[in-house]
Formats: sequence, structure tokens, C-alpha cells
Amino acid sequence: MSKMVNLKINGIDVSVEAGTTILQAAEKLKIKIPVLCYHKDLCIAGNCRVCVVEVVGSRKLVAACATPVSEGLEIHTNSLMVRNARKDIIELLLSEHNADCTKCYRNGNCELQDLAAEYKITNQDFLDLAHGAYTIDDLSPSIIKDDSRCIRCQRCVRTCSEMQSVGALSVANKGSEMKISTFFDRPMREVVCTNCGQCVIHCPTGALIEKTYIERVWDAIADPNKHVVVQTAPAVRIGLGEELELDAGERVTGKMVSALKRLGFDSVLDTDFTADLTIMEEGTELLHRLKANLVEGDHSEPLPMTTSCSPGWVKFFEHTFPEMLDNMSTCKSPQQMFGSLAKTYYAKKIDVDPENIVSVSVMPCTAKKFEADRPEMRDSGYKDVDYVLTTRELAVMIMQAGIQFADLPDEKYDSIMGKSSGAAVIFGATGGVMEAALRTAYELVTGREVPFENLNIEPVRGLDGVREATVKIEDVLPDWKFLEGAELKCCVAHGLANARNVMEKVKNGEVDYHFIEIMACPGGCLGGGGQPIPTNDAIRQKRMKAIYDEDLSLAVRKSHENPEIVQIYKEFLGEPLGKQSHKLLHTEYFERQRY
Amino acid sequence: MGKHMLKRIDLIFKNEHDTDAILQKIFKRSNEDLINDLIGSGLKGRGGAGFPTGLKWKLTSEAEGDEKYVICNADEGEPGTFKDREILSQVPHKVLTGMAACGRIIGAKKGFIYLRGEYNFLKPDLQKEIDNFHTTLKSLKSDFRIEIFSGSGAYICGEESSLMESMEGRRGEPRNKPPFPTEIGYLGKPTVINNVETLAHAWTIFKYGPKKFRDLGVQDSRGSKLFSVSGDTPVAGIYELELGMSLQDFVDDFGDGDTKAVQVGGAAGFCVPRKKFRETAIGYQGKLTGISLPTGGSMMLFNSSRSMYNVLKNYLEFFEEESCGQCTPCRVGCQQLLEGVEAVKRGDKPHHYLDKLMRLTETMKLTAKCGLGQSVANSFSSIVENFREEMIY
Ligand code: SF4
Ligand code: SF4
Ligand code: SF4
Ligand code: SF4
Ligand code: FES
Repeated sequence: MSKMVNLKINGIDVSVEAGTTILQAAEKLKIKIPVLCYHKDLCIAGNCRVCVVEVVGSRKLVAACATPVSEGLEIHTNSLMVRNARKDIIELLLSEHNADCTKCYRNGNCELQDLAAEYKITNQDFLDLAHGAYTIDDLSPSIIKDDSRCIRCQRCVRTCSEMQSVGALSVANKGSEMKISTFFDRPMREVVCTNCGQCVIHCPTGALIEKTYIERVWDAIADPNKHVVVQTAPAVRIGLGEELELDAGERVTGKMVSALKRLGFDSVLDTDFTADLTIMEEGTELLHRLKANLVEGDHSEPLPMTTSCSPGWVKFFEHTFPEMLDNMSTCKSPQQMFGSLAKTYYAKKIDVDPENIVSVSVMPCTAKKFEADRPEMRDSGYKDVDYVLTTRELAVMIMQAGIQFADLPDEKYDSIMGKSSGAAVIFGATGGVMEAALRTAYELVTGREVPFENLNIEPVRGLDGVREATVKIEDVLPDWKFLEGAELKCCVAHGLANARNVMEKVKNGEVDYHFIEIMACPGGCLGGGGQPIPTNDAIRQKRMKAIYDEDLSLAVRKSHENPEIVQIYKEFLGEPLGKQSHKLLHTEYFERQRY
Repeated sequence: MGKHMLKRIDLIFKNEHDTDAILQKIFKRSNEDLINDLIGSGLKGRGGAGFPTGLKWKLTSEAEGDEKYVICNADEGEPGTFKDREILSQVPHKVLTGMAACGRIIGAKKGFIYLRGEYNFLKPDLQKEIDNFHTTLKSLKSDFRIEIFSGSGAYICGEESSLMESMEGRRGEPRNKPPFPTEIGYLGKPTVINNVETLAHAWTIFKYGPKKFRDLGVQDSRGSKLFSVSGDTPVAGIYELELGMSLQDFVDDFGDGDTKAVQVGGAAGFCVPRKKFRETAIGYQGKLTGISLPTGGSMMLFNSSRSMYNVLKNYLEFFEEESCGQCTPCRVGCQQLLEGVEAVKRGDKPHHYLDKLMRLTETMKLTAKCGLGQSVANSFSSIVENFREEMIY
């Protein structure tokens, strides 16, 4: 029990633990103090100064977000002095800002705009300092950086270096020239940026946004010669509602499908289908690697094997651990598996020239835009995935179409690549890929279900940065004799800073995992860079619950039992890791520079 | 009111090379005694902020930490001052002794001299001095060691927390306070950070006892201090003077007969017009000292040939560039002040826009994260208030 401290805020007594900040203490009393540079996910900066409050007896105002409480403190959060100072600060920020809200992507969901509205900033007193000498960096396939909208709160910098340990963004210059920059001010697409988009969901303004493909998708839908198929990732269905005025953590799968149909997509399919396929391929690859390494002494495809479905993680790996690229599973991500099948298997099935198929995906992720653009992702003979939309962009399209989302009926995905299992659904949470793979691999090897209640492998669930689990394999089927009694050691990490730690340990031989799941974003895809803003731990929790509820609600909860999966292997792919699978569903990696 | 005579002192640069004897004397005494001497002397930090040095050492000695550090701030960045450079080249052993004493008292094994990049030429001589000093320390069975750290040369790195950030390999930006360095300083450990001159004064106090120091100066502003005198003066240079002198006395001695204003404390300081010379004393603000202006040591004289508009503009240009840029009131405030006075001068903004800017300096003073942004208000408001017509016409 730590020491309690008593203080008074706006005349109300409150008692909080020592070390609490004034901001947190006020929150306890439901007193709102405005913030900009502060974000629950990040370390404290105390640099925007909009959260200043008056401390009785002090000559200066203090930043509530950065000041710890102390015994007997008397605080005023709303005195004249405080209000005037805050108003000045907001006006100063606006004077330096390209505040053309009507032409801004964050119009309507912007913390600076909200503050300006709250404080009714209507005067034009200060000089306009936004001289327009800014260039917009829109060369990256995923992220647009517009310095003219930046308020220098450094949330992105803290996100990129602290949460992701990437360090693509940093502060350059001082004084009036101070700005957020990259290595030698190179465009984002040329630096170590992983495109994870975490900076985007942590940016309070329109200074960092996703590159949007909304117009191109509208064009494709409007083109009568095109057959436009859309796939939706597991985490979209539990995030989309938030953008459309529903509560966090509401499952909107059926409404989403019906909205997509109304938007005019020719076929609405499910990335979950290829998530199941990923499990088949990746689970088999793991068993294959185990056999090669443990029985045959062949280390050309080494252990531990790491997952490869998070493109931010993949790019990070290519920059950071090029000497270990062989540890990465060769499986494409579900999005890209879907893409290559859409223009081969699916095209054949519905008898449409793949030339005329436009394949669109809706993802909780900005890195998926980059992934779709990777030159290797053309195994169908065409660009496998043409356009990637984020959860947020889909919400924009739904609003543009005038669809009353909350009132929509539930509809079902179309068929051929529209069925999925609960195992695929949980891909949206960290640990999900691991859990899904174990459900299938264990059963493949032993003929029995994983020995966890309700198939729920609890040790790999949750929001801890790094989690470990060991599964003991006993009474195996004859084919898998070499695994008898083995303990499969697994590790799940999310957020690239955690990933770096785990991989450093692997590199130094401090751990002996067999299988590692890594997701670039905290919480996995449910907290992805393309998800609704804001995202924080409380919201992640709600989305996570929604995902596990959806899994439980499904009849089929193991990938290998998905009937459409059984069918595609029979009709088209042959077997996991077979020739056809290899061509369409696997890929390779390249070393990248480190700046 | 200050005294009516300006006393020149010669303590700091007096060449007394009895390092060994003094060190021995210091090491024989108890920590408590030494701290009491410092506190009794009334010595306050000579960097400008004026925190009582003895108290700082005491707090750090009481702070919990397995490791502690002493940092000598030699990042002299105020335009027109170079007194610390002179101390380090003429009497470095005094500074080193001050550091070693501090190290002993607070329980630090390691000290750093954070040397301004522009002063790198001092390094070889200073290093030699440190090496000899280490030998002396060894003979006293002290394992305190001093290292030189080369700064990167941003003005803000003179601010103690930015200085530590930069030592830790990060961008020099001020930290949030509290916690203060006495508790969480360099590498998160309790740290005493003093500027060069403060440490040299500590030497004087340990050598001559607190009384000699305390007898100099006035209530709340004890001792002597080095001043860098520049501007319209026939005798520019560095002088050691008693604190508490009146500005009139100072101008009588150092002015050119036509002084219309003195900028006390450099760009971050106050501009005093002629009519206030008599009532203004130089020292730390205190209950008993009347109008008393603190200063890091820079004294700039202006005669009637100067445009105070240009003076202010120069200062603002300096701040607009040297603000670290992290906090809103300072980064944007400095730009608004600079462009604002320019707009008034051009006639693009009405005269009363100056009042709006004055209110802005209030906000900057109240809300800026560190001393830099807070003190921009000083030169701005003192110049605009006293020379308003010069800002407009
Ligand atoms: S970032 Fe916010 S305040 Fe700025 S233009 Fe966009 S919506 Fe408006
Ligand atoms: S997208 Fe991710 S890696 Fe790239 S700058 Fe943003 S936080 Fe850093
Ligand atoms: S880009 Fe966004 S998060 Fe980064 S400093 Fe600018 S406003 Fe803040
Ligand atoms: S006041 Fe100026 S120098 Fe200090 S933290 Fe703020 S921006 Fe940086
Ligand atoms: S929110 Fe506290 S200083 Fe920015």
C-alpha cells in the first residue's frame, strides 16, 4: 500500500496515492482538464501546456499532466488566470497552424479543433505564422505527413521510439524551426518507418494520417466492367462501430456486411477465411520445421519460427534483424493470401477474367497498404490486392453513402471465400494466431483437441507485452512420433519494443522458443494503426472482449474444420505447403537499410 | 537601497596555488561543518536562478541513491559573457576543488565538467589540470574522478535539465520539474549541478571561512560576483564586484557619460532606464533589498545612440532561435513577440497591440516549461514599458 496524499481541487477534498499526477487526481473527481501532448499510452512530455492549473501559493501555473501531487496542495483548474492562459496557448497553437479544417482529414475528430471549439476561439488577434512553407510528404503508400497541421506535441515521436522502438520520427531543429522529422528529413517511405500507423492513431491532429484510397474504390465500384470484391479483416468488425457512433467493443459483423453490400461491392468476403488458411499453412510449416530441426538435423529453416502476418512487424524485422530472416514463417499474411486467391481460384470459380477483378481489403492497419504494394505480392499475375482501406476509411464511405449504420439488418458474407472459424476471428487479438495455430497443430499431431477449457488457451491472451506458454505434447499419432513428450514453447509479443526485446533474447540464445507470434501494434490488430481514434488500453480491452465473444459464438472454432478450407485444398491447392500453396501463399523477405 | 560605493574585489582570480593544503583542510572536516559553512556564507548559485548552494548540497547529500553526481555547468551561452572561460583557464583548480568537496559531501564518486563546444580549446590544459588533481585526490585516499563532457552548443543546454538530457545522449530539452536534480538528476541519480563561478566561490568560502564571504554584499545577496561588462562602455571586460551595488554606482564607474539604459542579466534579464538607476540594486530578489535585479553576470550598457527597438529585436531574434521549441508558450510566443513588434513598427498593427503582447509575456511567464521561456518576458516588458515610443516611431 503506498502512501496517501490529501489535496484540494476546486475546493473539493481528494485523497490519492503518492506519485499520482494532478491530472489523474482531477480525473478521480471527474474534473476535466484539457490535454494535448498527453496520451494514456505514452510517457509524459508536459510540452503543450494546455493542461496548466493554478497551485495556491505558487507564482507560476503548473502542467497538471506532469506534476505529481503533494500533501496539502490546493489546486484551481478553472480560475480566471488559468482560463486566460489556456486560451492564449490554444490561440498560439492555432496561429502556427494551418487551421483550414474544412480541408482536413481529421475534421470532426481532432483534439485541437475540439479545444478551439470549447474555448470559442473566434478572434484573429495573434499574427498568422503559418506561412505555408511546408511540404506534404505523401510518397509513402500508407502514411501522409503534413507538417502544417503539426502542433509539435511529440506524441508521434514518443510512440515511434518508446512504444515501437523504431525511432523513425524525431525532433529536429530548435526555436521556430523546430519540427518533427525523419533521418535527414527523407520521405517516410525511405526510412525505417514500418508503416504501423501507431503514430497516426496517437496524433491529435491531421498532421499524420493514412494515405486514403477512398476515391479509387468509389471509381472501381462505379465502373460496370469491374468486379469489385472486398475482404474484411477480423479486427474491423469490432472497431468499425466506434467510428459510426456505436460503443467501443460492439460486434457489428452483420451490419458491416450489409453496409458493404449497399456500398455496391460485387462480393463481400472475409479475410477470416484466409486467416484459417494461414493457420493450415503456418501450422504445417511449424511442424515441418520441428521435424527438420529435431529429427533430421536440418537447420536451413531454423527455429524458433516467427509469425509473418503483421506487415509492420515484417518490415521491422527486415530492418532490424536481417541476419535472422530465415526464422520468419514464409506464409503471406491473410490479406495477401486472399489477394492472390481472389484473382486465381475465386476468378475461376465465378468465371470472371482476373483482369477485371478489383480486389479491395478493409484492414485495421496502415502497414497493409504498404504490404499490398510490395513488388513480390503479384503471384496471381496481377497486383494481388489493389486497394487497402482502413477501418476509418470504410466508416467514411458508409457515411458518404448516407447509410444509417445503426439501423442496418445483419447480413451474411457471400460464399466461396466467406466462411471462417472462431480461430480466424481471434487473429484480431494478440495471441490469437498462436492460439489458432495450436488448436490445429495439436489436433493434427495427437488427434485430440488442445487440453484447455473450451479451447480457450488463456496463457496467450491478454494485454501483457510479452506472454509465454508451454504445451506438452503426449500420446501422439504414429506420424508424429518424434514429438512424443515434447514441450512446445511459445511466446507472444505485441508492440515493436516488446518484439525487439524478445528477438534480442533469441539472438543471444537466452531463450529457446519454438514458435513466436509477433504483432506490431499493441493489442494486435484490434489496436492497429487503422483503427478508430482514440485507441487506448481501456478501449483495447473492450475490443478484445468482443473478439473472444465472437469466437465462442461460432460453431466452427478450428481452422481445419472450416468446410470452405477443406474444399479449397481439395479443389485447388492440394495440400498445405504443396506446390500450388507455395506459389500463391508463401513469400520471401529482404534486408533493408537502418535509417 | 544598495550601498553608495562600488567595491571591487579580488578573490576569484587571485592566484593562490595551495590546492593540496586546502583539499587536506576540507577532507579533515566533517560534511556537516562544510555544509554549515556554505549555508552560513549565504552563497547562492551564480548561474542566475540564485538557489542557495549550501541547501542544494545538503538536499542532495540527504537524497537516497546508490550513486550520485556532481556536474559543473560550463556551458556559458549568454551572448557577451566569457567569465566562466576565464575562471577555467586561470584558476581551474578552484573549480575542481569545489567539485571534489561537493563530491565528498554528497557521496559522489564522479564529477563532470560540461564544457561548451566552443570552449573545446580549453580541453588539453584542463585535462592536465584534472590529471594532477586526481593525483592529489589519491594521496588523500579519495577516489573522486572528474571527466570533461563536450556540449553540443545549444543555448538551452545551459539549463540544468537540458544539460543532463544532452549528457544522456538525448536532445537537449528541459525536463519537467519536480523532480529536481537533487533527487533525480543525471542518469536518474541525485545530482548537484552548479555553474563554474559558484564552485569557485565555494573554494573561497572553504579557504577563508564563511564570514569573509558573508561580509561582502547586502542582506539576501551575499558575497562578490563576476560581471561581464559590455556595450557602450570605455572599459569593457570582466570585473569582480560586490553584490548589492546600486546601478547608479555601476554606471558612474563603467558608463561613458551618456548611458540611457542598462540591460542587467543579458537577453533574459531586465532593462533599466536612466531614471531608475538610483533605486535599482544588483543582487538577488529578497525581502530587504528593494528593487534588486538578479543576474548571471552580464551587464550591457546602452547610450543615447542606440535604438531600443533594435536592442529588443535582437533579443527576440535570439530567443526565437534558441528556444528549444518544445513548449507552446515559448516556441510560438517568441515568434509572436518578434513579429508583433515588427508589425507595430511597420504600422501593420495599432499601438495598443503592444499591450496584447505584454499580456502574452505574462502567459509565457506563467506557463513556459523552463526558465528560458519564462524570462523572455523580462527584457520584453522592461523595454516596452520604458521605451514604448521607440517601439512605435
Ligand atoms: S488538424 Fe484539426 S484543427 Fe487542424 S485543420 Fe485539421 S481538423 Fe482543423
Ligand atoms: S508508422 Fe510506426 S514506425 Fe512509422 S513513424 Fe509511425 S510509429 Fe513509427
Ligand atoms: S505529427 Fe501529430 S503527434 Fe506528431 S508532433 Fe505533430 S501533432 Fe503531435
Ligand atoms: S520554455 Fe522554451 S526553452 Fe524552455 S522548454 Fe519551453 S520551449 Fe523549451
Ligand atoms: S497535456 Fe499537459 S502539458 Fe500537454
